Amino acid sequence: MSAPAYQVVGTRPIRHDGADKVTGRALYGADLELAGLLHGFVLRCPHAHARLRRIDTSKAEAFPGVKAVVTAADFPPSGDRMVDLGEGETPLSYIRGNVLASGKALYCGHAVAAVAAVNVHVAEEAAGLIEVDYEVLPHVTTALDAMREDAPLVHEELRTKEFGAPGSRPSNVAEHFRHEMGEVERGFAEAEVIVEREFHTSTVHQGYIEPHNATALWNNDGRVLIWCSTQGSFVVRDTTACILDLPVSQVKVTPLEIGGGFGGKIPVYLEPVAALLSKKSGRPVKIVMSRKDVFEGTGPTPGSFIRVKIGARRDGTITAAEAYLAYEAGAYPGAMVASGAMTVFAAYHLPNVRIDGFDVCVNKPSTAAYRAPGATNAAFATESVMDELAENLNVDPLDFRLKNAAREGARRADGVKYRRIGCVEVIEAMKNSEHYRSALNGPHRGRGVAIGYWFNVGLASSCTISVNEDGTVNLVEGSTDIGGTRTSVAMQAAEVLGIAAEDVHPVVADTDSVGYTAVTGGSRVTFATGWAAYEAAQDVVRQMRERAARLWDVDPDAVEAVRGQYRAGSHRATFRALAAQLNRTGGPVVGRATVNPKGAGGSFSGVICDVEVDPETGKTTILRFTSIQDAGKAIHPAYVEGQMQGGSVQGIGWALNEEYYMTAEGTMANASFLDYRIPTCYDLPMIETIIVEVPNPGHPFGVRGVGEANIVPPPAALANAIYRAAGVRMRRLPMNPAAVMEAIWAAAK
Amino acid sequence: MKWFDYAAPRSVAEAVRLLAAHPAARTLAGGTDLLVQLRSGRKETDLVVDIKRIPELNELRYDPAAGLTLGAAVPCYRIYQHAGLRLAYPALAETASLIGGTQIQGRASVGGNLCNASPSADTVPLLIALSATCHIAGPQGTRAIPVEDFCVAPGRNILTPGELLVSLHVPPPAPHSGARYLRFIPRNEMDIAVAGAGVSVTLDHGHFRSARIALAAVAPTPLLVREAGDALAGRPVSAESMGAAAELAKAAARPITDMRGTAEYRRHLCAVLTRRALEAAVAQAKGN
Ligand SMILES: Cc1cc2nc3c(=O)[nH]c(=O)nc-3n(C[C@H](O)[C@H](O)[C@H](O)COP(=O)(O)OP(=O)(O)OC[C@H]3O[C@@H](n4cnc5c(N)ncnc54)[C@H](O)[C@@H]3O)c2cc1C
Repeated sequence: MSAPAYQVVGTRPIRHDGADKVTGRALYGADLELAGLLHGFVLRCPHAHARLRRIDTSKAEAFPGVKAVVTAADFPPSGDRMVDLGEGETPLSYIRGNVLASGKALYCGHAVAAVAAVNVHVAEEAAGLIEVDYEVLPHVTTALDAMREDAPLVHEELRTKEFGAPGSRPSNVAEHFRHEMGEVERGFAEAEVIVEREFHTSTVHQGYIEPHNATALWNNDGRVLIWCSTQGSFVVRDTTACILDLPVSQVKVTPLEIGGGFGGKIPVYLEPVAALLSKKSGRPVKIVMSRKDVFEGTGPTPGSFIRVKIGARRDGTITAAEAYLAYEAGAYPGAMVASGAMTVFAAYHLPNVRIDGFDVCVNKPSTAAYRAPGATNAAFATESVMDELAENLNVDPLDFRLKNAAREGARRADGVKYRRIGCVEVIEAMKNSEHYRSALNGPHRGRGVAIGYWFNVGLASSCTISVNEDGTVNLVEGSTDIGGTRTSVAMQAAEVLGIAAEDVHPVVADTDSVGYTAVTGGSRVTFATGWAAYEAAQDVVRQMRERAARLWDVDPDAVEAVRGQYRAGSHRATFRALAAQLNRTGGPVVGRATVNPKGAGGSFSGVICDVEVDPETGKTTILRFTSIQDAGKAIHPAYVEGQMQGGSVQGIGWALNEEYYMTAEGTMANASFLDYRIPTCYDLPMIETIIVEVPNPGHPFGVRGVGEANIVPPPAALANAIYRAAGVRMRRLPMNPAAVMEAIWAAAK
Repeated sequence: MKWFDYAAPRSVAEAVRLLAAHPAARTLAGGTDLLVQLRSGRKETDLVVDIKRIPELNELRYDPAAGLTLGAAVPCYRIYQHAGLRLAYPALAETASLIGGTQIQGRASVGGNLCNASPSADTVPLLIALSATCHIAGPQGTRAIPVEDFCVAPGRNILTPGELLVSLHVPPPAPHSGARYLRFIPRNEMDIAVAGAGVSVTLDHGHFRSARIALAAVAPTPLLVREAGDALAGRPVSAESMGAAAELAKAAARPITDMRGTAEYRRHLCAVLTRRALEAAVAQAKGN
C-alpha cells in the first residue's frame, strides 16, 4: 500500500504563535497584570526533614504592606479521604501536604507558609519574619538508604503495598510490584553468556526556562479565577477545586503561554496558595517562583538504583532478562517506576522475564513526570548491559539488538501485546545511516548506540471548529501548547477541510470555554487532540455538505467533498465559496468532537553518538550525534525534528552533568543554573535527525507521539561511546569529567 | 531583596567619604556579583555606592614604557576591544572574554572580579602571574599592594572600611615573554572554574629566564605558587621542566571537595592546567 498523498500533513508551515513568540508579545504568567494585584512569596523549609512544632505568623501579618498570610491551617477543615485526579487513588492529605506542609516538612524547599503583599520584596521580607519552630529530624535521600530497616520514616503511616496487598510494618517503600513471564531461572540456565550490572542515576530536573507561576482571584461571587503556566488546565482546575473543597465549576483556569514543562508542569503547587491568599486579602495575588524554588520545591524526576541481568546464547538470542528497579518517589509515593518497568525491556522480544519495581519515599521533592518518565533510567541500565553482551558475543551492537527486537505480536512482561511497532525499522535506519557507516578515527574517540521506547497515551480531548465567512476556521482546543501543537493540531483539521494550515486559527481556551481535555503529556496532543480536530473537521465537512445540498437542491448524500472541493452532479463549489454563503444557507457552522482514543502508538527511538574523552581531564566532547525516531506520521516534520533534538539535548545533560548534588544535611547544594549544568549550545554539536514513519494503525493519519522516546537512549549511548573512547564502563549518572577521570584512575590500578 | 539607598559619586574623594560614613555600604562596579548576592540574601546593605561615574575608575591606558593602567570599573568588553592591550597582553584580553557572556562582559569589571575575592575568579591568577599591583584609595590616603596579597579569604579582601580599589597596574611585557590562563569547566561556557592556572614566562635562548604561576579554585584565595615559577628559572624549555613545575603547582594546591569537584581531582587538574598553560605561554613567548 502506498502512503496516501496529503496536502497539509507532512509540510512545514510557520507556527501560528510564531510572531508573538519571536517579538516577545506572547503573554506568560509572569507578565500578567491585574488591577489591585498583590504579590506572593512562599516560605520554604530549609531542612530535609523537620517537624513543624509551631508557626507564628503574627509579625509577618503586622508588617507594613502585608495583606495576607496563609499556612496549611487555612485549608478547608475537611478531613483526609482518598481522591482520584486521574493518577489513581491518592490521599487528599498528600496532595494538600505538598502544596503547604502540615505536621512535618518532608524536604528542603517544602512550602510552609505564604505571604501576599504590595510587592514581592515586602512579601519576601515579611516571610522572613514568620517564626517556624522546626524540630529537625533524621533524613534519608536515596532509595537504597530509605529501604533499610533502620531508615528514618518519611511517612509514619505508610505501609508497603506488596504485590497489591497492604503490608503491616511501617516502611518508606510505598509499593513493590512484579511482572513475570516465562521461566526466568530456566532461561538463565540456557544462557551461555550472562551480564549482570548495577546502575545508579541521580535526581534530575526538567530544567524548563520559565519558572512556575500562578495568579488567582477569589471573586466576590465565590468563583476562583486562575491564570497560570501549566500542562493541563483541567488538572489545575480539578486539583485546586479538590484541595479547596469546591465544586469544579467554581474554578476557572486560563492557561497562559508556557515556557517549557516536560512533565514538570503537570503537578499543582502555587494555584491553591494564591487562591487562599486572594480569599484572605480580597485581591488578586500573583506568585512567581525563583529558580531555587523551582529546583527545591517542584518535582524533578526520580534518582534510581537499577540492577539488570540479561543472558544470551552464543548465537545472540536472549534467553532471559531480569530487572530490579528502585526509584526515589521523593516526599510522596508515586515514583515513575511503573513506567520504568513497562519500558525496561520494551525493545526486545523476550521469552523469560522478571521485573521487580519499588516505589520508595525519600526526603527530596516529590517527583514529577519528565519526558518518558522512568524510561531513561531503565534504558541506561538495559542498553549498557546489551552493549556489554554484544561485546562479549563479538557481534555488532545493532545486529544484536535487531536479532532480539520486539515486533508486532510480541508480549511484554507487563502484559501488553504489541500492535504494529517500529522497533525493527528504527534499528535498521540506524544501521543504514550515513553516520553509522562512516568511520570514526582518532585517539580517545568512540561511538556508542542505544535504543529506547515510550508507550504514549490517548486520553480525552475536545475541540470545536467554527467556520468564518472568509473561508477560514477558528479551532478551539484545550491542550496547552508546549511543543508547537497548535500547529500540528490545526494541520490535521486543515487536511480534512482541504484548506491551508494558515487558514485555521487555533486557540487554546480556558476551562469554561472548551470541553474537558487531559494534560499535555504522554506525547498525546498531536495524537489525541489532533484526532479531536480531525473528528471536528469531519463534522464541519458533513454540515458543509448539507449546506451545499441546500444550495443545489440535492440530497446531502449526493454531495461529495474531496480536499475542500464540494460537488454534486455538475455543481461545484470550494470550501471558501460555501463558507461565504453560510448566512444564506442556515447560519453558522460549528463542528465539534470529543474523543478518548485507545490506540496510542508507542514510539521507538535510537541514538548514534561519537565522543572524544580527554584522558587528562575526563571531559567528554560530543563530536557527532544522531537521533532516530519512529513518528508514525510526522504531521509537521520540523517540529518532530525539534522534539528529537530537544529530547536528545536533555538526555545529554542528564548523562553528562545534571544532578541534584545533595549535602550531608540533605539539602540541594546546586539549586541554580550555574551549578546545575544543563548543556549550552557550546556543549553540543548540531543534533542530526532521521524520522522513521511506521504508521500507527490506531490513528487516522498514523500519528505516534514523538515528545518523549527521544530522551531515552542518550545516556546509555553516551556511556557506550565513552567506553569505546576511554575504556571505562560508566554505571552511574552523571558521567561528569571527575567521574570519568576517577574511573580511568580506577581502571589503571 | 531589601530596600537600600543608592549614590553615584563623581570623584574618588567623594566615594571614600561615603564609604567611610556608611560601614555597611557596598561598592558597585558592574554589579554582576553584587546584585546576585543582594538578591539571594547572601549580602545585605543600606547603601550602594556606584563607582562607574568616577573618571579614574574608567581609565584604560596602555603605554609601552609604563605598562597598563586598568581602572577598577572598566568592563571586560573594553579590555578585549582595546587594540594596543590585545597586542601587549593577549592573555588578559582572552581571559576578560572568558567571564560570562556578551551581556555580562558589558558590565563585569576586572576590579570587581578581584574585589569579590572568590577563589575561582578567573582574572586573578593571570593578574598575579603578570605581577599586577592594586592601587587603593582610602580615608588615610592611597597605597599600592601586589595582587597576590589582596584576597585574604573566600569573599574577603584587605580593603578596610572606606577604602576603594581605584585601578590595577600591569608592568609592560618583557621581550620574549608570554602568558596564559586556562581553567577547567565541565561545560564549555557559563561555568565556574573547577581549577584554573595562570602563568607568565620570559624566555632566554631556549631557557626560562623567569616564570610566575598562580592557581584558581584550589585554596581559600587565588594562590601564587612562587616555588613552581622559580623552579623554571634558568632551566631549559622542555616537557620535563614544565612537567616538574606543574607537579610543584599541584603540590601547593589545597583544594576542598564540593559540588564542583573532589579535592583529588582538583589537585590533578592543577598539574594538567599548569603544564598546558606553560606550553601555550612558551609558544606565545617564542613568537615575541
Ligand atoms: C552569568 C554570570 C557569569 C559569570 N561568569 C564568570 C566567569 O566566567 N568567571 C568569573 O571569574 N566570574 C564570573 N562571573 C562573576 C562576575 O561576573 C565577575 O566576578 C565580575 O568580574 C565581577 O565584576 P563586577 O564589576 O560586576 O563586580 P560587582 O558585582 O560590581 O562587585 C563585586 C564585588 O566587589 C566589590 N567591588 C567592586 N568594585 C570595587 C572597587 N573598585 N573597590 C572595592 N570593592 C569593589 C563589590 O562591592 C562586590 O562585593 C559571572 C557572573 C554572572 C552573573
